[in-house]
Amino acid sequence: MFHIFCPYCQEYREEEEFHPSGQAHLVRPADPASVSDEEWGDYLFFRDNPRGIHHEMWVHRLGCRKFFNITRDTATYEILETYRMGEQPSITAANAEVRREQGVQTADGGWQTVGAQPENSRLNEETPS
Amino acid sequence: MSEARSEDNGGNAATFDTHPGADAGVTPESPLQWSRVQGRVTEEGGAAEQIRVVERPFLGHLVLRGGAITLDEAVRAELGVSLPGKPLGLVLDAEGSRSVQWVSPDEWLVIVPAGEEFELENRLRARLGDAHFAIVNVGGGQTLLELSGEKARELLMKSVTYDVHEHGLTVGKAVGTVFAKTSVVLRRPSEERFELVVRRSFADYCVRWLRDAGREYGLRVESASH
Repeated sequence: MFHIFCPYCQEYREEEEFHPSGQAHLVRPADPASVSDEEWGDYLFFRDNPRGIHHEMWVHRLGCRKFFNITRDTATYEILETYRMGEQPSITAANAEVRREQGVQTADGGWQTVGAQPENSRLNEETPS
Repeated sequence: MSEARSEDNGGNAATFDTHPGADAGVTPESPLQWSRVQGRVTEEGGAAEQIRVVERPFLGHLVLRGGAITLDEAVRAELGVSLPGKPLGLVLDAEGSRSVQWVSPDEWLVIVPAGEEFELENRLRARLGDAHFAIVNVGGGQTLLELSGEKARELLMKSVTYDVHEHGLTVGKAVGTVFAKTSVVLRRPSEERFELVVRRSFADYCVRWLRDAGREYGLRVESASH
């Protein structure tokens, strides 16, 4: 059971009160009529599935019923930060330094090392999406 | 049943009084009517138990949505209390019978004695005028249960996920949380009393749960007759 910090209620609440709502920071094409089918399909249906840091939208459905963002590690389930809608994350896969300052162990690429086997190191390399 | 048209309240919304008059020939039934028929709820009064649950039916519940500053001015003028300044705040008036509760950053729940909400809604609408706001009368959809007694906290510890200790749920705090398999709004208006705002269709479920969880302490559920 997680304790999740709701940035609107400004306190930690039980995971039971929350519900995940998928990838955060999706930007709708400004002019949908002019984008190609592929771009539109990407926007509608295709989501990232990274091993490591992921930004997700969650909703505090039994509390204040507001959506907010969570930066979460998909390998360790560790929640690194929560922030309000419209804000940008301070922790991303690209800035490993910030994570190190906050006492989170990382490999060079910014990926979690916990549970990663040497023979699986290929999995830890970031592939262009 | 009286109605107010847009010209009465200065806005473009039609409102109506949800309390039928005595001459309307309609008897209001509280959300716990079925529980009462089944014998799970008794009339108010009787021997003291360790936990007392009292339903306060037919109160006026209004949900206010909009900007905090605009609504604060209007509520202060019409109700005499200011909106809670902090998240999870609960403010009561001097009498203790009217309350304003923070629900989310742009949403507040106002609970006033039965019959006052229609007039209050119209006065708020008239005062707010063209501001960007919404007022919804949700009195028909939820009811209020009051918990008191020395074991009330222990009963809640078994029922909600929220930390109901002194340091968690302080006086003047109200939170939405998980209660058994449903959701409630849990309020702490005073030192010796807790309040649960439950949904109408879950009211019987909540009463059954409270009766079961409170059996070891001795618990009675009462409802004021209408």
